[in-house]
Amino acid sequence: MSAVLIDVQDLVQQIGAQQILRGFSIQVHQGETLVLLGKSGGGKSVFLRHLIGLMKPVSGRVIVEGTDISGLGERELEWVRRKIGMVFQDGALFDSMSVFENVAFPLRERGERDEKKIAGKVRETLALVNMTGHEKKMPVNLSGGMRKRVALARAIVSPPDVILYDEPTAGLDPIVSDSINRLIRRMQRQLSATSIVVTHDMTSCYHIADRVALLNEGRLHFCGTVDELKNTTDPVVRDFIDGRSHEVD
Amino acid sequence: MNPIALLGGAFLGFCAYLGQLAELAGETFRSIFAGRIRLGLVLRQISHIGFGSQMVVIVTGAFTGAVFTAQTFFQFSRLNMESAVGPVISVAMCRELGPVLTGLMVAGRVGAAMTAELGTMKVTQQIDALRALAVHPVDYLVVPRTIAMLISLPLLVGECIFFGIVAAYLVATKILGVGAPYYLLNMYKFTEAEDIFMGVIKGLVFAVIIVLVSCREGLNARDGAVGVGRATTEAVVIGSLSVLIANFFLTMALNIFFPAGVS
Ligand SMILES: Nc1ncnc2c1ncn2[C@@H]1O[C@H](COP(=O)(O)OP(=O)(O)OP(=O)(O)O)[C@@H](O)[C@H]1O
Ligand SMILES: [Mg+2]
Repeated sequence: MSAVLIDVQDLVQQIGAQQILRGFSIQVHQGETLVLLGKSGGGKSVFLRHLIGLMKPVSGRVIVEGTDISGLGERELEWVRRKIGMVFQDGALFDSMSVFENVAFPLRERGERDEKKIAGKVRETLALVNMTGHEKKMPVNLSGGMRKRVALARAIVSPPDVILYDEPTAGLDPIVSDSINRLIRRMQRQLSATSIVVTHDMTSCYHIADRVALLNEGRLHFCGTVDELKNTTDPVVRDFIDGRSHEVD
Repeated sequence: MNPIALLGGAFLGFCAYLGQLAELAGETFRSIFAGRIRLGLVLRQISHIGFGSQMVVIVTGAFTGAVFTAQTFFQFSRLNMESAVGPVISVAMCRELGPVLTGLMVAGRVGAAMTAELGTMKVTQQIDALRALAVHPVDYLVVPRTIAMLISLPLLVGECIFFGIVAAYLVATKILGVGAPYYLLNMYKFTEAEDIFMGVIKGLVFAVIIVLVSCREGLNARDGAVGVGRATTEAVVIGSLSVLIANFFLTMALNIFFPAGVS
């Protein structure tokens, strides 16, 4: 197995009286696609935010390439954020900028000044997410799924080593979902990107995952390959993948 | 709860607030001196803040100058001191009314817009998206606004003073019948370069106050749309009151360096 890129140890996060993460530990290896499952409201998005220092843990460590980033200041985190890109759950597009400008933003901020190059790269990336022809639109005028795809384009236009996807296929039709799944796969193959994908979509999970982890009650409940997931007898995991709520009608 | 604890709590809250402003100021000016300046954004902000505020500032300055002239004239004419109206208006416009009125108008017009914009960005995670893209929100949002304010506000103050004095002149000479030569002569005689300088310094200080308060409120907004509304109100109230309070202390301090009416 390849080297450990991100090592999360005993992560604890509490907001107010609510314990969201209660000692979550997981290792992410170079070049793999790790799918993270878990209940809605279980703390998956909160967990992703720790990996790029958007939130500071109450205790525990997040080690990226040997450096503990949980205590770093805003400016000291810049290298981590250049290395690890994130697609936010609801896009978080800049609503004062057009689709084109949103996707061009990371390029400009990385110092690219050549407008031709920027335009070329933006078109190419928008084509990857099937958003050609919507360059001039403003984010408020996009549908939810389109916003998600623009956010994805913005995250990969200047490809980071690690990409965190927060529910990249939620709310998309099956065909676009499939093309996003393929895109995630392609990012991994062609750029040897490491990915962490939060999803509720089991089809997508089986399609892209090298390993699957289940976050339950603030801890890592299960972690294994897709085959191990399919064959597990653990009741919590089974309920999750078979979609059972144990409620009576 | 006992009253002393309440008072203590309020005082601590106030200190914490000042601490946050100081921290934001430190971060902002460190960025500026380190040259992390996005020129395009600065220009866009100047056009928003400076260019867009001219109408409001001109109208405020002109009508305040006009009404102040009328009242001063009514009082002074009882003492046969009509020609003293000119210097009273021009000194008051330069030293107090120009900077304060401009500060208040800008705190309302620009401060509110800044807080609403930054606050919306905060609650819709756009600030987090900036951070996730390794862009420091202070560099991208606060620095351009601060520079634009530092450039715009003194100019707006100048504009407010100018139109106030022009309106005063017109009202005094054309409507109230003060002799134009006396008016101008006395005005030149008693108005110093220091008076204008004082207006500009106040403009710079108010610029910093307004931009820091508004950005602080915006960057700390939470609880969705209601929270953004609350932050915007706070920004205007705190910004305006701070301008008025700072103005008093500035007047006292600057009067040591530029005493009024002595030279
Ligand atoms: N800023 C915050 N303030 C207060 N509570 C928060 C905050 N952010 C997250 N939470 C709480 O943390 C818990 C976990 O939220 P999170 O967004 O991580 O869930 P999730 O696992 O991503 O769910 P979903 O699958 O629905 O996206 C929720 O109960 C949420 O209310
Ligand atoms: Mg989530």
